[in-house]
Amino acid sequence: MSDKQTSGDMLLKIRNLSAETGGVRILKGINLELRAGEVHVIMGPNGSGKSTLSQVLAGRDSYQVSADEFSFAGHDLRGMSPEERAREGIFLAFQYPVEIPGVSTVNLLKESLNAIRKHRGEQPMDAMDFLTMVKKKIKLVDMSEEFLYRSVNEAFSGGEKKRSEILQMAVLEPCLAILDETDSGLDVDALRLLADGVNRLRGPGRSFLVITHYQRLLEYIEPDHVHILAGGRIAKSGGRELALEIEREGFAAYERGADAKKAGSSRAG
Amino acid sequence: MAEGSNLEHLIEREYKAGFVTDVEQESLPPGLSEGVIREISRKKGEPDFMLEWRLQAYRHWLTLREPTWAHVHYPPVDFQAISYFSQPRKDKDRPKSLDEVDPKLLETYEKLGIPLREREMLAGVAVDAVFDSVSIGTTYKAKLAELGIIFCSFSEAVREHPELVRKYLGTVVPQSDNFYAALNSAVFSDGSFVYVPKGVRCPMELSTYFRINAANTGQFERTLIIADEGAQVSYLEGCTAPRRDENQLHAAVVELVALDNAKIKYSTVQNWYPGDEEGRGGIYNFVTKRGVCRGANSHISWTQVETGSAITWKYPSVILQGDNSVGEFYSVALTNNYQQADTGTKMVHIGRNTRSTIISKGISAGHGQNAYRGLVKVLKSAQGARNFTQCDSLLFGNRCGAHTFPYIEVKNRSAQVEHEATTSKISEDQLFYCMQRGLSREDAVSLIVNGFCKAVFKELPMEFAVEAQKLLGVSLEGAVG
Repeated sequence: MSDKQTSGDMLLKIRNLSAETGGVRILKGINLELRAGEVHVIMGPNGSGKSTLSQVLAGRDSYQVSADEFSFAGHDLRGMSPEERAREGIFLAFQYPVEIPGVSTVNLLKESLNAIRKHRGEQPMDAMDFLTMVKKKIKLVDMSEEFLYRSVNEAFSGGEKKRSEILQMAVLEPCLAILDETDSGLDVDALRLLADGVNRLRGPGRSFLVITHYQRLLEYIEPDHVHILAGGRIAKSGGRELALEIEREGFAAYERGADAKKAGSSRAG
Repeated sequence: MAEGSNLEHLIEREYKAGFVTDVEQESLPPGLSEGVIREISRKKGEPDFMLEWRLQAYRHWLTLREPTWAHVHYPPVDFQAISYFSQPRKDKDRPKSLDEVDPKLLETYEKLGIPLREREMLAGVAVDAVFDSVSIGTTYKAKLAELGIIFCSFSEAVREHPELVRKYLGTVVPQSDNFYAALNSAVFSDGSFVYVPKGVRCPMELSTYFRINAANTGQFERTLIIADEGAQVSYLEGCTAPRRDENQLHAAVVELVALDNAKIKYSTVQNWYPGDEEGRGGIYNFVTKRGVCRGANSHISWTQVETGSAITWKYPSVILQGDNSVGEFYSVALTNNYQQADTGTKMVHIGRNTRSTIISKGISAGHGQNAYRGLVKVLKSAQGARNFTQCDSLLFGNRCGAHTFPYIEVKNRSAQVEHEATTSKISEDQLFYCMQRGLSREDAVSLIVNGFCKAVFKELPMEFAVEAQKLLGVSLEGAVG
């Protein structure tokens, strides 16, 4: 599985990352290294800081962040705006994708792709080429083309929202895709579709940070590394067997140490 | 978080059309009297009936008081301090074609990105440009004339087609309608006149660019559009004004008449000087616009994008007199800094099975105050009348305001009237989502705002829709930092 990917260059390097919001410290010294082409899975109980980690990686400004090192492809993330991070290749599939009335999915995608291309010094994509490409990619998530012309996430079902995120990922072709509980709320078919999409996008140039509450996604996506996040820290790292251990025994063993902080913060993780 | 302070910067911007053309003006001294009105009429070479009509309006105006019911605040206007007539100096040899037009004036349009001649050729749009009070160029006239369509300045219509002017002038907005309509009727300077004969479908968009240029000159445009039985016409109005310190009053009257099976579409993009960041200066825009669906199955549609003016007071309305007639109002109004807008529409259902649609989108930023004021009135005779109203407000930051004053009066039990309203703030979640996809904060705001306005923009003719989107972008430039 992880034979050749693990030899890729260092993509994301995090040392002693802390983050707080509204006076509540949520991340308390995260250490994580991720190389090009690797798939890392982060599992953890509710409130452990999983979503905070994804938001902090994407550059949400509502967190105060400190770290000894926080770099992506050689850039110090601390000085980068969310759009700069996106243009450098960080993509976040949101846990709760927001509705944008009146803005069609295809329009957002076109604006996004062209912003990224501009950053790379490339010309905007020809409108016809763009449409052809998007129509090809939409097959990946098994949705009709009509979906492209609907307003972003408006009146989408839970499953449609998640598929839309995967479609956007497929079109924007990031170096690092962060999937924030993209699997939650999906039935088995949708889950398989999601995993299929991810697997097809896997390659030496693309890494994944898959945040999940459940082990079941790992039946379809084979990870290189699994980390347990509890109480704002990586409590344990390992391979696929770690996920199976969680499946058998739950997070209880990891939660005990982190209980103290959990009480006050609502939905931090 | 930090929503207010971040968004505020996006709202600050410079008014891009703030310059003054150096053309000598021949203006009347400030002040209003019967003498001034006689002088206006004489300068324009009007027939007697027109002068009488003006004087009648003036005498009525003297009995009126300024209205105060609108949700806007401003110091009292001194009507004796305004000059009621100005025109470019070369009065006698008024240009017959664009070639004769003062190059300085043409340059003004160039700066505004409205190259008349280019538009003429590229867009196939006939342009009747009003520079202050006198039309300086009318194009495509010959082509339109072949179809019997009259498209000219209002002054010319008074001289050349007095029978049509007499027949329709003041039949939609009577002289006595309101304070500003009476004032306009007394002193109106110029505007456009359109007549589309029976069964003719106007093959191009008719367009007029208004521009206020002379300091201290009130602008009193008068526009009259008549679509005879089975006729169709689409009319575009757009305007920008140069930067000024003192306030300028603008009180236009627009009348539309649609006879049996006729259709009139009237679109406006309004970008007059809104005043500076402190609320100094800017245009007072007190306008009366009304259309009457006089014939059966007639159709009148108003679309407006209002981003300019210090104060806007404007209610493009439709009187649905003919059976099965249709009235529509699509509006985007943006108020920023200290701008105030009180705008909306009146739909008066008189005929049977008349239908009306109202879509209003208000955007408030800075200290801007934005009010929607609408009346849906269904008379006893309007069996089967229907109305749908949707009224949405979008807020930036927490110092601006959105207000809604819907009035509904229904006298017929068979009527169906629907009203939907929403108020939302542009959210940090939406912005973050777009930024995470690579868009800058400003582009994200622009995308979201244009999405909010989409239902209105799609009603605009193509080239105008593009202009309107750009205008909103410019209007919100620097609003988030």
